[in-house]
Amino acid sequence: MELKKAAMAGTVESSDAQITVEPGSNGIELTVESSVIHQYGRQIKAVVLDTLKKLDVTNAKVSVVDKGALDCTLKARVEGAVFRSVNEDPDTPNPWEVL
Amino acid sequence: MKNAVGREIPEEILKQTGKDVFKGSFVNHLAAYKAATHTVAPVMDPSYSKVVDSIEEVLKKCGIKDGMTLSFHHHFREGDYVVNMVMEAIHKMGIKDLTICASSLGKAQNPIVPMIEDGTITNIQSSGVRGKIGEAISNGKLKGLAIMRGHGGRVRAIETGETHIDIAFIGAPSADDMGNCRAIGSQNGADCGVLGYAAVDAQYADKVVVVTDTLVPFPNVPASIDMTNVDYVVKVDAIGDPTKIATGAAKPTTDQRKLLMAKYAADFMVHTPWYKDGFIYQTGVGGASIASTKFLAEHLRKDNIHIGVAMGGIAQAICELQHEGLIDKIADTQDFDMASIEDIKTNPNHYEITTSQYADPFNKGAYVNKLDYVILGALEVDTHFNVNVVVGSDGVITGAQGGHPDTAAGAKCTIVIAPLLQGRIPAICTECTTVTTPGETVDVVVTDYGIAINPRRQDIIDAVKDTDLPICTIEELRDTAYKMVGTPDPVQFGDRVVGIIEARDGSIMDVVRQVKKAEI
Amino acid sequence: MVINTNPNFKRLRRSMMFLNAQKPSLVKDPYVYKPDSIMLDLEDAVAENQKDAARYSLFHALKEIDYHGCERVVRINGLETPHWKEDIRVSVAGGCDAIRLAKTESGKDIKIVEEHILAAEKEFHRPIGSTLIMAAIESTKGMLNLYDICTSSDRLFGIALSGGDYTRDLQTSISKSGVELMGARQQMVITARATGRMCFDTVYTDLDDMEGFRKDVEMIKQMGFDGKSIINPRQIPVCHDVFTPTEKQIRWAEAVVREIDTKKAMGIGVFQLNGKMLDIAFYDGAKRTISMAKAAGVYKGDL
Repeated sequence: MELKKAAMAGTVESSDAQITVEPGSNGIELTVESSVIHQYGRQIKAVVLDTLKKLDVTNAKVSVVDKGALDCTLKARVEGAVFRSVNEDPDTPNPWEVL
Repeated sequence: MKNAVGREIPEEILKQTGKDVFKGSFVNHLAAYKAATHTVAPVMDPSYSKVVDSIEEVLKKCGIKDGMTLSFHHHFREGDYVVNMVMEAIHKMGIKDLTICASSLGKAQNPIVPMIEDGTITNIQSSGVRGKIGEAISNGKLKGLAIMRGHGGRVRAIETGETHIDIAFIGAPSADDMGNCRAIGSQNGADCGVLGYAAVDAQYADKVVVVTDTLVPFPNVPASIDMTNVDYVVKVDAIGDPTKIATGAAKPTTDQRKLLMAKYAADFMVHTPWYKDGFIYQTGVGGASIASTKFLAEHLRKDNIHIGVAMGGIAQAICELQHEGLIDKIADTQDFDMASIEDIKTNPNHYEITTSQYADPFNKGAYVNKLDYVILGALEVDTHFNVNVVVGSDGVITGAQGGHPDTAAGAKCTIVIAPLLQGRIPAICTECTTVTTPGETVDVVVTDYGIAINPRRQDIIDAVKDTDLPICTIEELRDTAYKMVGTPDPVQFGDRVVGIIEARDGSIMDVVRQVKKAEI
Repeated sequence: MVINTNPNFKRLRRSMMFLNAQKPSLVKDPYVYKPDSIMLDLEDAVAENQKDAARYSLFHALKEIDYHGCERVVRINGLETPHWKEDIRVSVAGGCDAIRLAKTESGKDIKIVEEHILAAEKEFHRPIGSTLIMAAIESTKGMLNLYDICTSSDRLFGIALSGGDYTRDLQTSISKSGVELMGARQQMVITARATGRMCFDTVYTDLDDMEGFRKDVEMIKQMGFDGKSIINPRQIPVCHDVFTPTEKQIRWAEAVVREIDTKKAMGIGVFQLNGKMLDIAFYDGAKRTISMAKAAGVYKGDL
């Protein structure tokens, strides 16, 4: 999938993550900031990259501001940001069986 | 060298401190030692006045110089002015290389951080170093080692002479011109109820300086600090902010999780063998702790049982239960709200105990040894039941040992209450970041997901085996947590040791290293 | 009457707790408070411009979080919005237990939802019939169409009252007395019983008045409701306390069932309890009490 514009999903409330994506041309450029960076920094990075892979996004600038979100929330926020970047209509049917 | 809780203590630290590694909670039982002595400047001349006009003047009279050890108490909590006032005056005089031996330090003492950074203060010995002082220590700003002790350990360090106090500063709500101090009577309302933490300072320091905002006629009795130990009395305008010393009573928690854990704890206690008339009890003042006491009270009323002694830090909830007749005596080490301060003024069954009487492991027997139950909190508990109450999830020193290791060692049934998860961080983990209370003294862990009993305590396991309580193993709790949030990587630290966690007997329980930015 | 053999159809639903699907801190382990049902909300709790993000949160929550046996109901947006179709797709794809349609006005509304649920079950390989439906009644029109709604689909297990919107439609407001809801409540209980469905009462919003909440729950239980909508975990213990049979009620129910079963087996048609005549009409209620006690985990007998 090609990202079309900058988009964001999530908040900086406790247990959430705010993920911003924008179109890129140099592979995945990922920055992670987290309140639990020691304990889960590595895992957050892995989950975000894995989700992008599932969505077939190969070029993007991605920034994660994490406040202790669980994996399911991180995945949801990456998907939220990516689909917002790709779709015009927020009610566009999604390929749920892939996610 | 590895110690008895499996922590590696670097050889250089053992050499630098002259300390031993922790070998067990009771290895020094009946091992006799010679108590330290101190210097006394006798006041024989009756025309001599101890009253001094200013902090600056008393510092000169005490002969303040580089390298001294100064002590303070924390009875004024977040409202304390004394530490900052004294340190500011010392700083202006250009004194350096001081050791601060405080019973605890917190956010109210943030202003002394620049004095750590510029070498005025090079060593800190304290229970807590909350706030910016903890951050400064964790970031390597303190030149010497930070020694973090519990309340009992501080008394031991002073009475064995390991810590020799040159000048003790004792903030007092009222004092007479001879130095008799009471913890009530401040004309600004800056009362603190008791002065137990300062008792050992008054007995062992070379110079004892009372700092008060209210001079009263002699004799100011019954005195918490006796005049025979006091060298100087300084009257200042204010010793603390009354609104931060003693708060209004905390509103009872409505957090369902805390209430759930509190109910589990109370229901657990009543099935154990020590739940009988006259038992001895201690709890903290957090929401879950007070709620536990309230649920316990429901059982007490139903079973016609009452508590013999409630001890430790006191708040309104405890005083109310005593007025109802459910508690006989209150042995008070610290007051948290106005209701408890008011109560100790007039209630003969609510009395002050010194920190030595409370928790000292090196006297001939302390109150903690008589505890049946203590309810404690924790930042982390690991699968060996070791507890961490000092180092936060970002590796920064943030908490305080307080009476945790003392009460845990003394109580017949030590109960730790902690929610399984704090945000994404599992409170129940495989290995604590830092051990502050050894697992051999921790008997029961109550979480919102279930209750784990230390396998060492077959007696407790047997006592509750036929109840409906959600008993499980500590490993099961850890696995539930990890399944939900993922297995955590350990906190990354730098190489330099910035502080030691001292066990009750002065040996080293664990070390704390400088924080480091996480590399992912 | 047996409407639907799905074992979830008549499950224990004393408490149905609302959760904002968009608030990760709430959604991660609500089962620790032990509600019977959890309602993950895509409708009113979610801001209009976050409807899409809420779906991803919902999907992963349904697929990855262990709710330890709590029923997972998704409240989808009403048919008058552009969101409901995708709401149904994500809910079924995630494997929810039931879908709650906000603002149900007629049986036709339910039939439309059922059609799309079936298509989604096929698309995402979910067992056909595994997704149940519940209708939220929020308007006078919906109230008048209750019988039509209740008989529109075998998947529809129950109806819930949305008091706030309903009273606005009545052009009045909610009061502590509940007099404005009397008609609606009666009608819902009557229709639910006549059609073999469950009925649930509206939320109680004053979280500080636990006494008032208890009285409210006691009243609606007496009226015949099966459960209550919950907005905060602290309401759950009181709700369960009111709805769960007491020891005394359980023992009475056991006695009734034993007496009638025993006598019937002996060919006797006359029953007695404590020296008084016992009407066979009490049998069904007694059986319900015991199964409620079993479901609630408080039954220790052997019936």
